[in-house]
Order: sequence, then C-alpha cells, then structure tokens
Amino acid sequence: MLQAIRQFFAERAVLEVETPLLCHGSGTDPQLNFFTTEFSFPPEQQTLFLQTSPEFAMKRLLAAGSGCIFQICKAFRNAENGRYHNPEFTLLEWYRVGFTLADLMDEITDLITFLFKDRLTLQAAQYFTYQDIFARHTGLDALAFDYSAYCAYAEEARLPDAITLCGQDHVLWLDFLFSHQVQPHLGHNALCLIYGYPACQSSLARINQYNASITDRVEIFINGVELGNGYYELTDADEQEKRFTNELKIRQQLNHAVARDDRLIAALKAGMPDCAGMAIGLDRLLMILSGSPSINDVLAFPIADA
Amino acid sequence: MASYSTNEFKAGLKVMLDNDPCAIVENEFVKPGKGQAFNRVKIRNLKTGRVIERTFKSGDSLEGADVVDVGMQYLYNDGEFRHFMVPDTFEQYQADEKAVGEATNWLKDQDSCTVTLWNDVPLSVTPANFVELAITQTDPGVRGDTSGGGGKPATLETGAVVRVPLFVQIGEVIKVDTRTGEYVSRVKD
Repeated sequence: MLQAIRQFFAERAVLEVETPLLCHGSGTDPQLNFFTTEFSFPPEQQTLFLQTSPEFAMKRLLAAGSGCIFQICKAFRNAENGRYHNPEFTLLEWYRVGFTLADLMDEITDLITFLFKDRLTLQAAQYFTYQDIFARHTGLDALAFDYSAYCAYAEEARLPDAITLCGQDHVLWLDFLFSHQVQPHLGHNALCLIYGYPACQSSLARINQYNASITDRVEIFINGVELGNGYYELTDADEQEKRFTNELKIRQQLNHAVARDDRLIAALKAGMPDCAGMAIGLDRLLMILSGSPSINDVLAFPIADA
Repeated sequence: MASYSTNEFKAGLKVMLDNDPCAIVENEFVKPGKGQAFNRVKIRNLKTGRVIERTFKSGDSLEGADVVDVGMQYLYNDGEFRHFMVPDTFEQYQADEKAVGEATNWLKDQDSCTVTLWNDVPLSVTPANFVELAITQTDPGVRGDTSGGGGKPATLETGAVVRVPLFVQIGEVIKVDTRTGEYVSRVKD
C-alpha cells in the first residue's frame, strides 16, 4: 500500500517530504491531547510535543514555496485507544497548491480507487453535504441549532444521554448525533465523501465563499469508518490567529495543555499559497482493505505490546 | 467503593447506574477525528437482567457496585423466602422470589448454585449449568421406542417441565442443561 501511494503521487509530481515529529508547539484543536517529552541539553531544558499531525510543519513548507507535497509519517494522539484508535498511528498527508475542495475530492476518489484496485471492489463513490446526510438520518437541520427539536429527536431515537451530555452545546450535539446516528451508515462498500461541514466545525478550513454557514471541509468514510479529513486551507493569518485564541480558551476550560504554534501564524503572514490538503489514517485504511475488525489486527505491536 | 473511568470499563465490571447495580457488557470508544470522544457502552441491569445502551463522555466515571458472586448451597423454601448457605462459613442468606427468578425451576435441596450478592443481599441466583432431577410425572413410554424423534413433556421434582425422549419413565433421574432448559441424558444410579 505504501508503494502504491508513493507511485500515485510520483505520477502527479507531488514531492515527498519529512518534517519533525518533535515540535516546540502543537495544534490547538480542543479535542486533541498531546504527548509531551523533555529535551535535555544542559543547562537548557525544554518541553517538546509529539505531533498530532504534520499539518503545521507542512504548511510552513508550503509558505516557503515548496509547491505540492505529501508525507507518510507517524502521528501521536494521547488518551485515544480503542477498536479504531491507537495512540501512535500512521498518517498520509498531502497538500495541493492551486486545488479547490472539489479538485481535492476528485483526487481522493482517484487515490482510493487506485489503492483498492485488484484488492477490494468498491461501489461508485458517494458525495453528500453534511446538512443533507444529517437530515436524511436524523431529520434535523445541522446548520441551525433548535434545542427543543434536537431533544425531541434524542428522546425518539432513545438516546436520552445526548440531552444531559450536550445541553446547549451545538458542536457537541453534532459530534454525538453524527457519530451515533449518521456515521455508521456511511459508505457501505463504497467511498463516501461528506463536505460542507457546519462553520462551527471548521477548524483549519476556509469558510465557504458563497455560504458563510458552511466550511470547505471534507471527511471520508468507508463502511462507517472515518478515514480522513481535508480542507480548502485557511490562508488568512488574522483569521487563523483568532481561531487559535478561541480554541486555546476552550482548551484551558478543558484543562488540556496549551501550546500555540506562532511559527505557523508567522508562515501564514509571510503568505501561504491557496491550496487544499488532506490527511488519511493508513492503519484504518489497511483495516478496511484486509477486512480486519480491530486496528490491533493491522499493527505489528499495538500500544499494549509496544 | 472505588469509581471507574470509561477507560476501565471492561466486560464484567460491576458499576452503579441510576441507583441500580449493573454489569458492563461491551464498551466501544467512539471519537470523531476532530470531535468529542464518547464511549458507547452496553450495560446489563443486574436487577432486571435487561441490557441497555448508554453513552458517556470519555473520561467520565461511574461508582463501582459492591456485587460479588458466591458459591452457596440451597437449603430450603419457607414459603416466602428461599434459604442458602455458604458451605465454608455456614453463613446463611435468604432470597425472595424476585431474586431467585427462573432458578426456582432447577433448585433442589442441598444443590450448589451461585448467589450474586449486592451489598450483601441476594440479587440473583444462578443454578449449576447441569442439574440432576427426578421425574415425578410423564406419560408412559411405548415399548420399542428409541431416542430418535419425537419426545414428550415430563414434570420434574422441582415443578419444571422439560421435553424428554419417549423411553424415559417416572422415577428416573435425568440431567438437564439449566441454560437452555433441555434434557441431556438419563442418570444411572
């Protein structure tokens, strides 16, 4: 699979790069936990982080004029372990200069088709907007939060926990209902691409230029498994800084470590080209390709044996 | 009692949920790449036996439940309660009909069984997987019948009714699988 990926990008003249796993700062995503480690170089002592994804480093390369790049690397997320999660996992991440979200979605489909060829037959790729697929499975409008309608649905779907857990938090409601009621149905023997995420779930994606309530973000699924996430990348340094500050506030409330990467902001200020980027979890892709029920089946040494 | 985080929810762990003792059946970690982590948990209410599905935020915790399984000997029925004894300590427990439940079909004096105690009070009773019971009532068998095909109902000394082969007679002792309620074999004296 790794060879096929490298061949795919070589044919498209996308440069393979390597960036550090150890970083002085890290993402601000409110829901990601870092591994930290100590860099000891007496008399200096510095806390470093293991990357949760190579996104920031690769964006700095883009700002420095690298052109289209891809990377296959390890990423680390603390406090994640389960049937689909290992705290150390392998990511494929790539950035295409000049691509829009639509171009990126075409390339994702090409890549998956290429990787599954002669291995596993998939039906034609499916494309849905977040709002459509959410309405289809829950009858609710994902873009407009109507507390009483959401509660009524939770009661009817026999998920009363949603009401106590989510309260007035729209983002949490979306996470809950999407993961419980929508995701399991996505991409039955097919690649399913969900795009047009609600603006409140934009992270590092650009807000759609025609509709400010959605964001140019895509997620892909096969057999109900989330495989990857992509954006039409935000290049506006001020907007990025604003989101960072916002997310840091949430992180502080959640008591998560706080380490802002000012070097990314600096790179964005220097000017990052318009581009679209995507990350795919390769362990999960291998699970699908081999029909394995657990991520442990595709890892030589899962965390318990590492 | 200690409390347990969702990360410690393993099948069989006993916890308190909505004031009832429960056992974890299954625990799945669910986390959207960019979203909140949840644990979807299948959990059995030990009072009702019903399995329900609940969702927790990862890292939330539940109080442990003081639930233990103890091997005991069934002593007698006083009409209202059934009495059990721990063979080693001679400690006695009484259980009402609700706690005994289905086990009532299979309990014979002196038999050993497992009593689940919650805060030292019997919560449920599980008979041994196989019990040997005498037949008190069944239609006479027809000479020449073999074990293949058909069968007939037979009432056992505990009052339970099971299907037995035609050749089995009143007074004979048979072995029954208590999990399925099915006849296994005759027991020779």
